Amino acid sequence: MTKQLRTPIKIARGLGSAKSGAHHFMVQRITAVALIALCLWLVWIALVLLHSDYAAARALIANPFNAIAMLAFIVAAFWHAQLGLQVIIEDYIHARWLEMTSQILVKFACFLGAAASVFAVIRIALGS
Amino acid sequence: MPATARPLSPHLSVYRWQIQMMTSIVHRGTGMFLSLGTLLVCWGLLALASGPDAFARVTAFCTSWIGQLLLLGWTWSLAFHLLNGIRHLLQDIGLGYAPPTFVRNGWIVTIGSLLLTVLIWGLAVYFSAATQLWTLSEAVQ
Repeated sequence: MTKQLRTPIKIARGLGSAKSGAHHFMVQRITAVALIALCLWLVWIALVLLHSDYAAARALIANPFNAIAMLAFIVAAFWHAQLGLQVIIEDYIHARWLEMTSQILVKFACFLGAAASVFAVIRIALGS
Repeated sequence: MPATARPLSPHLSVYRWQIQMMTSIVHRGTGMFLSLGTLLVCWGLLALASGPDAFARVTAFCTSWIGQLLLLGWTWSLAFHLLNGIRHLLQDIGLGYAPPTFVRNGWIVTIGSLLLTVLIWGLAVYFSAATQLWTLSEAVQ
């Protein structure tokens, strides 16, 4: 035991957060605001896609406005999903090894999902 | 592990049912389900990039009964998470905390999510019927 007369809170007070502070909170809200518009757009795209054949569907996503909106949706959605799932895992999984494993798997899955989707949109948009 | 056996979440079982806890739990539930839905978006885009055969498999899945059921679930989850998310953003700037307002907003979000789902599927059915009529009239001509 070290000789420490001050309480830990006394030492920590005034120094700010030891972790990333409000960063998670802010990014979750900013992606949420983006997703309000992007989800409404996605619903509209889904409704149009319902009755498109392959060529029409491809042309729809290849349209520059739609391609860029889709890229924005992909980044915002996978990022928002990762942040939300992270909090749920923190709250409900108490076995440390399982929590760490789940957190890493969720991050990997969200990144791979986003990367694959972005890659697909670029292929569609550039017609390759 | 914590040094003491403090009670940790989930403490879902200690709550009496009320709209406040229901919307909170459902927000997380729909969030998890929507996370799975991103995989359908990913699959659809990859299929669209790779060719007509791959895209036909996505279409076949989406029009199957399990696909339709999942899409209905994702539509409602999106509607709920969207409306309740907007409510959360308003709460973040300090609005809607008085208990009667909080309860009222919970019901607005819940009923609104059902109405939005009906609206989206209504539009889908309407477009479907319109497209079929159009194809039919083309064929007749």
